[in-house]
Amino acid sequence: MADQKKVPISPISRRAILAGGAALGASLFLPKGLRAQDFPTDQINTTGLAVTDDTVQVGILHSISGTMSISETGSVQAEKLAIEQINAQGGVLGRKIETIQEDGASDWPTFAEKARKLLVNDKVASVMGCWTSASRKAVLPVFEQHNGMLYYPTFYEGLEESPNVIYTGQEATQQIIAGLDWVAREKGAESFYLLGSDYIWPRTSNKIARKHIEDKLGGKVVGEEYYPLGHTQFNSVINKIRLKKPDVIYAIVVGGSNVAFYKQLKAAGIDMTEEAPLLLTISVTEDEIRGIGGENIEGAYACMKYFQSLENENNQEFVAAFKEMWGDDMVIGDVTQAAYLGPWLWKAAVEKAGSFDVDKVREASPGIELASAPEGYVKIHENHHLWSKTRVGHALADGQYEVVFETADLVEPDPFPEGYQ
Amino acid sequence: MFSGYSLPELGAIITMQGFAGLILFSVFVLMALGLAIIFGQMGVINMAHGEFMILGAYVTYLVSNAFAAYMPALFGAYFFVAMVLAFCASGLLGMIVEWAMIRHLYKRPLDTLLATWGLSLILQQTFRSLFGAREVGVTIPQWMMGSLPVTDLIEIPINGIFVMVLALGISAAVYVMMYRSAWGRQVRAVTQNRVMAGAVGIDTERTDRMTFGIGCGVAGVAGAAFTMIGSTGPTSGQAYIVDTFLVVVFGGAASLLGTIASAFSISQAQSILEFFLSGSMAKVITLLVVVGILMLRPQGLFAMKLRK
Repeated sequence: MADQKKVPISPISRRAILAGGAALGASLFLPKGLRAQDFPTDQINTTGLAVTDDTVQVGILHSISGTMSISETGSVQAEKLAIEQINAQGGVLGRKIETIQEDGASDWPTFAEKARKLLVNDKVASVMGCWTSASRKAVLPVFEQHNGMLYYPTFYEGLEESPNVIYTGQEATQQIIAGLDWVAREKGAESFYLLGSDYIWPRTSNKIARKHIEDKLGGKVVGEEYYPLGHTQFNSVINKIRLKKPDVIYAIVVGGSNVAFYKQLKAAGIDMTEEAPLLLTISVTEDEIRGIGGENIEGAYACMKYFQSLENENNQEFVAAFKEMWGDDMVIGDVTQAAYLGPWLWKAAVEKAGSFDVDKVREASPGIELASAPEGYVKIHENHHLWSKTRVGHALADGQYEVVFETADLVEPDPFPEGYQ
Repeated sequence: MFSGYSLPELGAIITMQGFAGLILFSVFVLMALGLAIIFGQMGVINMAHGEFMILGAYVTYLVSNAFAAYMPALFGAYFFVAMVLAFCASGLLGMIVEWAMIRHLYKRPLDTLLATWGLSLILQQTFRSLFGAREVGVTIPQWMMGSLPVTDLIEIPINGIFVMVLALGISAAVYVMMYRSAWGRQVRAVTQNRVMAGAVGIDTERTDRMTFGIGCGVAGVAGAAFTMIGSTGPTSGQAYIVDTFLVVVFGGAASLLGTIASAFSISQAQSILEFFLSGSMAKVITLLVVVGILMLRPQGLFAMKLRK
């Protein structure tokens, strides 16, 4: 253990310490050469989790096969990067993190089964995982029954607040409202055409969007419709959009349908760079653009909390480390960054609590701050979601977004928005 | 929904919507032709049809990268090379699969369903291992993107016209092969009576292998064409499989004309309904009507006359 003190602190942790020190009180729980022998295992682990004198086991539960592996691969990569960086700094309470990875296989019952395996058989201290709402809903009863802790990275529809989940992505109102306000204020948009894939997230999001457009912005929704997941023919709806001439197409199309939608929009002669109509989406990250092709979506706007092109030192280091670990051709989307936060937030909570016990980690979580986040400063709210800024990006032909707007303050998470139900 | 629009505007929309329907029709025909050959002529339920299409799409991806790297001057024409190679790749794989797997199952037609479903999973994982889990972006030559402005109001997507021409060309080629060539005569003879066909000297095994190979090859070409309108990922083929079977079964399995008629009626119904209702409702109503018609007429729209 003695040689652990000699491990040079990486630049990231130095910044974390400096930034944390600047933020009042935050420095109390930040690493000051934590050594395992200062924290006897029987005191920091009273519930029989898989913690030894020098290791702690953490689960990763994503789909690495099946339909969703397209999206979830990035999350796995980000989580592994974060864990590797944490270990390089000496781990959590002096204990190296060992990961146990399970494959949810894009199948919701499999997710539940694997979650049970991780919690009951492996007794992992926490789980980074899930991507779709369906998989999260499937594992939720397991986590609540066996008192596990899940760090969930995806932006999602809200309407949930479990004591056993920390939501590191944005809930719907955080992501939607700032973007709509921006497009109304900066672009003078008055009429909107809402479009989405047919499942809970686009429908809930559009419900919130419609309320906000009609009640708060005084605008008009000229069309709202949904297409089955995997739908590949959008010519009819493109004609309808032409007929209605909205100022904004608000698109929440996901998966393979995305590629079809944007290619057909371009082929139909709707040039998004002319912004007539303007296209605003909340479902296309840099990850999706790889499949769509930058030239097919150039000129569209996306509203989320993170873009790879963000210019701050945290992010530049994060992007460089990610590419070094996983290859130069990697792109990083919003969810990938949110997944990267999971292990760091958990580490901070464990060190604040001085214990791996799930109950104590839960108690310590609200108020945890992370100044080293690539997206900038984030903080855990009482409702287990993150305070975060919302940004609008303008899609460029090279598949990246240029950030054109960022909220001045952190946006409060509000998973049960009043007046939007 | 039409109040407040001028007559020329309405005319333009109706014209463009007509084209949208025709494009959907061409897409359905392209999807279904390969399956119509395999399912219709051989009775093999090929659940891996979508994966043979995606193999064609990946070939297109590779060819586009090769052209971009070595022959950038000819990039505009790579698509034609890609389609030929896609036909060869999918066709070759089809023949190998027929030889290794399908031919052992001809006497157990329902088992081909399970076997080809397993094959589709194997192919998906192979794509994932070779090309990565993420979708790949296929760069389409500039001249194929964008639209053709016919008047001020009417714009026709160029890739739509391309798909239509391709569907027409392949349908004609398949027709000639099936009904005007010696090979087609053999295929039909084997379909009608395998034992008798063998007795008069037709090499039924070779015929089967060719039929399966050509059906898969046509799927590969369709896959190459669909890189223009859809995504290319390990599981993208799943998006097409339901519609494909719907078209073939509704048309009457053994009839090419039936396949085309059914593609036309389903695509028009769906495209018109999509315009007046929402996307999901259009799909529901189309499927309900198809189910209703199949209940009354289980053999599909066009059926071969059989002596009962």
